[in-house]
Amino acid sequence: MSVAEQSIAGAEARGHGFLASSVGRKVVMAATGVILFGFVTVHMLGNLTSYMGASAMNHYAEFLHTMIHGMGIWAFRAVLLTAVGLHIWAATTLTLDNMAARPTGYRAQQNVASTWASRTMRWSGVILAAFIIYHLLHLTTGTVHPAFDPANPYANFVNGFKVPAASGFYIVAQLCLGLHMWHGVWSCTQSLGLAHPRYDRLRRNFATGLTVLVVGVNISYPIAVLTGFIH
Amino acid sequence: MSKDLNLTLHVWRQKNAKCDGKFVEYPAENISPDMSFLEMLDIVNEGLIRKGEEPITFDHDCREGICGTCSMVINGRPHGPRERTTTCQLHMRSFKDGDSVTIEPWRAEAFPVIKDLMVDRGALDRIIAAGGFISVPTGSPQDANALPIPKEKAELAMDAAACIGCGACVAACPNASAMLFLSAKVTHLGLLPQGQPERYTRVRDMVAQMDAEQFGTCTNHGECEAACPKGIKMENIARMNRDFIKASLTYRPAVVGGGAG
Repeated sequence: MSVAEQSIAGAEARGHGFLASSVGRKVVMAATGVILFGFVTVHMLGNLTSYMGASAMNHYAEFLHTMIHGMGIWAFRAVLLTAVGLHIWAATTLTLDNMAARPTGYRAQQNVASTWASRTMRWSGVILAAFIIYHLLHLTTGTVHPAFDPANPYANFVNGFKVPAASGFYIVAQLCLGLHMWHGVWSCTQSLGLAHPRYDRLRRNFATGLTVLVVGVNISYPIAVLTGFIH
Repeated sequence: MSKDLNLTLHVWRQKNAKCDGKFVEYPAENISPDMSFLEMLDIVNEGLIRKGEEPITFDHDCREGICGTCSMVINGRPHGPRERTTTCQLHMRSFKDGDSVTIEPWRAEAFPVIKDLMVDRGALDRIIAAGGFISVPTGSPQDANALPIPKEKAELAMDAAACIGCGACVAACPNASAMLFLSAKVTHLGLLPQGQPERYTRVRDMVAQMDAEQFGTCTNHGECEAACPKGIKMENIARMNRDFIKASLTYRPAVVGGGAG
């Protein structure tokens, strides 16, 4: 078989499906990543109501639960769960493909351009998945919360963060979020094909700015509770 | 004239694709700093041949940085420590007397080791054959100015066309991804009017072939761009992704039995 015939046979054997292709799954990863970064940004902004006191935060929580006759929150949850599922699916299959693509490593590998954040995306992602499960059990269902009151989210927030171990895990998870976002926000523009030399610095700076803002404000919540600023 | 160097090499030796390989230590003595890295290996090989041992097999051809054949990872970097340099353009003055130098083949599932440092890069040829071409009527050449091409597009296409297919991007990528290579070909042809007829089938076919060859995928580390001896930019990968998305959205399956009229 000639090289050209081998090529055509190889490509046809593999199929042309968008979701089967590596680049297609990268696009899924990036698009769901945009949804998730958007969510953490809005989540961070919403929790700013904790600085405005119990009634502001409880009213905000009530609004989330009652908007569009209580349908709104489920619509958001459906979108988020789908995005998380697709994101994890794309990450897992791509990671396995990537590991299979380099079965034998180098004895001496020098990293020149990659960052610690880019090399630890898999780990920060796994820690974030574990954190999200804990976070839902802690402040959404209250399963692992010491004194959960479904009618008073503000009290749950304050009492939850008064436990130093819980606050510590939140802070570590937020630092992982920072690593994940700093590489991910920039990386998703690349996967979605949004690159142009005129906007290269903007892409990097936007990733850094959004990461510092989201992670900085999120970390401030447990610290504010532990120091008694929010009580 | 600067002093000659004495180095210790740790070279990957592997008899063939089926055997396991291992690192073997060789001294490289009295090496002139003006030699190229390949000339240094030639000297070491002459010594091995004189001793009746099997010389180190490595790929090389033009020895002037154009053919992209001299594939080897030197101290963890494809083509060694200098930027925008192939192994043949790397001089021994980049090393210090007494240095220890680890030399490994390109590592990728898609690049099986043939022997020692020589790998089979046929996967890149098959990717090219899948879509890295344009269809033109043969015959006498067209007038050079018949197709208007903006200067900027011509320059960008030329920058991408500088890719020599050496595979350093694959070797440097922690995922052994060939996306910088593909993107250079997609950009080189896709920016020019001659490349338009196949523009969107090209990107889909080449990506399908890349996946079939078991290359990894891009996680945007940027190691490929740093390792590329020809300075191919990651911006090309974004352009390829853009074309791939558009191609996937607008793809029409082939009509069985041919079109009407």
